[in-house]
Amino acid sequence: MIEVTDLRDAALRPARRAIDVLGTDAGEAALARYLRGIPGVDAVGLEQRAASLAGRSIKTTSKARALDLVISLVDLTTLEGADTPGKVRDLAAKALRPDPSDRTAPMVAAVCVYSDMVPYAVEALGAGHDGTHRAGVAVASVATAFPSGRASRAVKLAQVAEAVEAGADEIDMVIDRGAFLAGRFGQVFDEIVAVRETCRRPDGGRAHLKVILETGELATYDNVRRASWLAILAGADFIKTSTGKVSPAATLPVTLCMLEVVRDWYRMSGERVGVKPAGGIRTAKDAIRYLVTVAETAGEEWLTPDLFRIGASSLVGDVLMQRQKIALGRYSGPDYVTV
Amino acid sequence: MSVTEGFTDYAPAPQARSLVTLRDEYGLFVDGRFVRGHGTPIEAIAPASGERLATVTTASPADIDLAVAAARRAYEGVWSSMTGSRRGRYLYRIARIVQERSRELAVAESLDNGKPIKETRDVDVPLVAAWFFYYAGWADKLDYAGLGSSPRPLGVAAQVIPWNFPLLMLSWKIAPALAAGNTVVLKPAETTSLTALLFAEILQQAELPAGVVNIVAGAGDAGRTLVEHPGVDKIAFTGSTAVGRQIARSVAGTDKRLTLELGGKAANIVFDDAPIDQAIEGIVNGIFFNQGEVCSAGSRLIVQESVADEVVERLKRRLATLRMGDPLDKNTDIGAINSAEQLERITRLCAVGEAEGATRWTSDVAVPEAGFWFPPTIFTGVAPAHRIAREEIFGPVLSVLTFRTPAEAIAKANNTPYGLSAGIWTDKGSRMLAVADRLRAGVVWVNTFNRFDPSSPFGGYKESGYGREGGRHGLAAYLAPGGDMEAGVRSGEGRALARSRSAAENSDEGSVSRAAVELAGGGKGKEKGAHR
Amino acid sequence: MSRLAVPKTYKLFVAGAFRRSESGRTYPVVDARGTFAANVPAASRKDLRDAVQASRRAFPAWSGTTAYNRGQVLYRIAEVMEGRRAQFADEVRRTSGVGRARAEEEVDAAIDLWVWYAGWSDKLVQVAGGANPVAGPFFNLSVTEPTGVAAIVAPQESGLVGLVSVVAPALVAGNTVVAMAARRHPFAAVGLAEVLATSDVPCGTVNILTGDPGELMPVAAAHADVNALDLTGAGALEWVDAQIAAAETLKRVLTPVPGPATRSLQRILAFTETKTIWHTTSTR
Repeated sequence: MIEVTDLRDAALRPARRAIDVLGTDAGEAALARYLRGIPGVDAVGLEQRAASLAGRSIKTTSKARALDLVISLVDLTTLEGADTPGKVRDLAAKALRPDPSDRTAPMVAAVCVYSDMVPYAVEALGAGHDGTHRAGVAVASVATAFPSGRASRAVKLAQVAEAVEAGADEIDMVIDRGAFLAGRFGQVFDEIVAVRETCRRPDGGRAHLKVILETGELATYDNVRRASWLAILAGADFIKTSTGKVSPAATLPVTLCMLEVVRDWYRMSGERVGVKPAGGIRTAKDAIRYLVTVAETAGEEWLTPDLFRIGASSLVGDVLMQRQKIALGRYSGPDYVTV
Repeated sequence: MSVTEGFTDYAPAPQARSLVTLRDEYGLFVDGRFVRGHGTPIEAIAPASGERLATVTTASPADIDLAVAAARRAYEGVWSSMTGSRRGRYLYRIARIVQERSRELAVAESLDNGKPIKETRDVDVPLVAAWFFYYAGWADKLDYAGLGSSPRPLGVAAQVIPWNFPLLMLSWKIAPALAAGNTVVLKPAETTSLTALLFAEILQQAELPAGVVNIVAGAGDAGRTLVEHPGVDKIAFTGSTAVGRQIARSVAGTDKRLTLELGGKAANIVFDDAPIDQAIEGIVNGIFFNQGEVCSAGSRLIVQESVADEVVERLKRRLATLRMGDPLDKNTDIGAINSAEQLERITRLCAVGEAEGATRWTSDVAVPEAGFWFPPTIFTGVAPAHRIAREEIFGPVLSVLTFRTPAEAIAKANNTPYGLSAGIWTDKGSRMLAVADRLRAGVVWVNTFNRFDPSSPFGGYKESGYGREGGRHGLAAYLAPGGDMEAGVRSGEGRALARSRSAAENSDEGSVSRAAVELAGGGKGKEKGAHR
Repeated sequence: MSRLAVPKTYKLFVAGAFRRSESGRTYPVVDARGTFAANVPAASRKDLRDAVQASRRAFPAWSGTTAYNRGQVLYRIAEVMEGRRAQFADEVRRTSGVGRARAEEEVDAAIDLWVWYAGWSDKLVQVAGGANPVAGPFFNLSVTEPTGVAAIVAPQESGLVGLVSVVAPALVAGNTVVAMAARRHPFAAVGLAEVLATSDVPCGTVNILTGDPGELMPVAAAHADVNALDLTGAGALEWVDAQIAAAETLKRVLTPVPGPATRSLQRILAFTETKTIWHTTSTR
């Protein structure tokens, strides 16, 4: 005889935010009800609002300030099958001094690498490594069978543990999109909680957790909004748009949608959660549009590496060219910035 | 490292004003030439600064006679007999030149009207080009307009437009009139004549035959002289309901056809299941687009009680990000009020709102010293009986009312003599359709607001006017049904009707358009009094 | 001795009921030879007010009726008239003096008008409305809706076909109607009211007032709750003043036409409003 258990009523792993919002006894059914009760998103209106924010014209002094801000918010990323310790070292050097010709150029916030590259990143940054990214550059590691997330939970958690152990300050995990789209919200939730637990270090500290929603696979803004809420309730420090391996990656409307959620969460709880668009942001102009969107949606206080990051591999080069243009009064070229 | 303080204190991002070279004096455009008017000259003022832009000489009654006569000559001599495809080509040319000179027109419009360059650049001027492009294609397809074969133009159209969308309203008027084969005498608003006169240069560049479009600047008296001119066959007016009423009286007993786009007091209904962030954007766009100087503005927010507080709070936060100031700055969201007179009206009605007991909230934006400005304002606790819930303010002022049930929302929304537009915000399709069905308004925007398109009819119920602009409906406002339709069905007596019945059944009723018949009682072969 | 006939007492038709004028007034109507035919109520301003009120009350239901149903209701009027063809022919003859054949022709024309207009109920929106291809992610649709309460001065030369030619187009679009019958030809109008009362037309949807249109028209023109004014039959009256008065609330106005109006889509459309609905479209 088969024992029938209602999976939808399965208990959730305990997570403080979820307990605050849903109550101590809440199970998967309560979570699902909560997520489905969130008001919908009208895609056209959202996209028009994003287009209007993109229309802001940031010039002269504002632009100079914005360019430096962009650099300081970047998670300089390499996530290739062909990555080597050498590639990671190049990346670390660029992270620490993006413009060798101009010491006033700020450092980026973090380097972002695969988990097996974490030791090389830590080593390459050396004294420049600072997990708080106040005085240096942090190390972020993707984990949990990035980018697909298709592996057993044990494998995912093992990878997280390994990255944290190797010195990763931040873990960029992917959610199980299959489970999310199938409506198994509890499964996605529990996995985030488990990863968060695994982020703990023996010294009592904890690697910061960025939860990648892979919005390109979630397809609708309603899903993006629900997944954002789910990740926040499960304890995410950041919610992140994409792996960069799925098209579309970060878009301004998707990021706007997520920013609206962290803004609403802040108003509800007093707690600030970060947002990280990643993938496809290649020009300074693009990046500044994101800053405008952050400032006018969540607020200017979000424009710090604690609360906003841009995941990018080639963006910094364009920003530096723009910087040089302002400094020198003439247009620069790719040969004058580091690859 | 993170220099975040004051990020949104964006440095000025001015659109280059040098794109426009204004002459010191503008006159009338009559019979293809710029001429000096003999009325009292107007000083064109930039509402954002009070700066004098130019002097515009206005039309005296004699000037209007000349303009109407020129339009008549062009109608009889050239335009009404020209093939549709040739007329269409002129309209295409105009559309293209508007596109070519779009930024110049946008700058001029922002200077003269006070509205943000963001709007003139992204909304007004692109729509002007779109309007001409759309109606250009109709010019040689009039047989398909649903008015029988070879529908006839009406003759000389007198067109009087307001100051809130000077160029856009000009295009709404001129494009369909010309496509249908009419000629035009257009009077721009007293405070916004400049872009109409720049547009006249475009007509010259397009080599439009002289007299087909004549532009006469002037104040209300010039408008009155024009619409009451006996040489005019058709009147199209956009403006206040008070003036519309006066015009409707003045055409009584004449053969003049009339369309009116008048005031509004649109309800923007927000249900508790609305996509909340987009609803907030829609409310903002509804009442703060063009400083609220929009006849279709969503000036009454009718929000479900269960979410009213949240909506108002979100709205206030959102308004804090709106930027008021130099219309030529690309980041300006709220420009200047068009005139001292309009500013006075807004100020006065807000004082009434306070006196009547509504709670006033005003956005904490810096108000420039020179020029005419009014910061975004919300009134909560507004009852349907309050004047600010009934009268058109035509400014950035939102009145918030609440409802508990859909029936109450509909009743409150319809409780106005106006009926131009309305908005609905909900995620529930069946309710959306049912509410849209019951609203007595000519345009209903659902989960969006203040969208305009040349193919989409626009116009009001009740005291918001009659007739539609845009689409096939807008074209029909400038046409009389085809001549072939009159012969078979016009009849004098019941007996004739009975006799013609069988003939009509055989010949006319197979085609819908041919069944659309003449309502007129003869005279110049024009349709008489068929006010739609 | 010949049978002494039982003459009919003619009444106003307001809110689905036959009633005398609240003013108590009547006027004598003569037949085609100038002989007294009957006393007919002369509707007053208050009767008109009551009729407008009844029309306003009836408007939500009638305008909300499905187009299919509205078409059937109009067709039913034709059916019931057909059954009373002889009565209508007599009524037409009585005041117009035409021969039986011509009277029957007019009755047939009136019936045929009902049938013609009935068919428009569920085609109107398709013909006059439609989807608009706007440049953006929007579904955009225009539909026609009735204007509201229509006050109608029926053609004065013709008692039956004239009245039907103005009432039917307003009605088929979903308007409710206050009709001012031809002063000299009230019998067929009252006959029509009896048909309306016994067919499927809801109470108050059509109200028919006999009396002096010249007296009633200015009241209707100035009445703020009247949305549309049809002066088709007002050619011999001071209709320009009525048009001026109608401007106060921007009523839709149709100006006089000699003789009865004919079958006309434009006539239906004259008392309709185009409503355009926008909705966003997206799969996201």
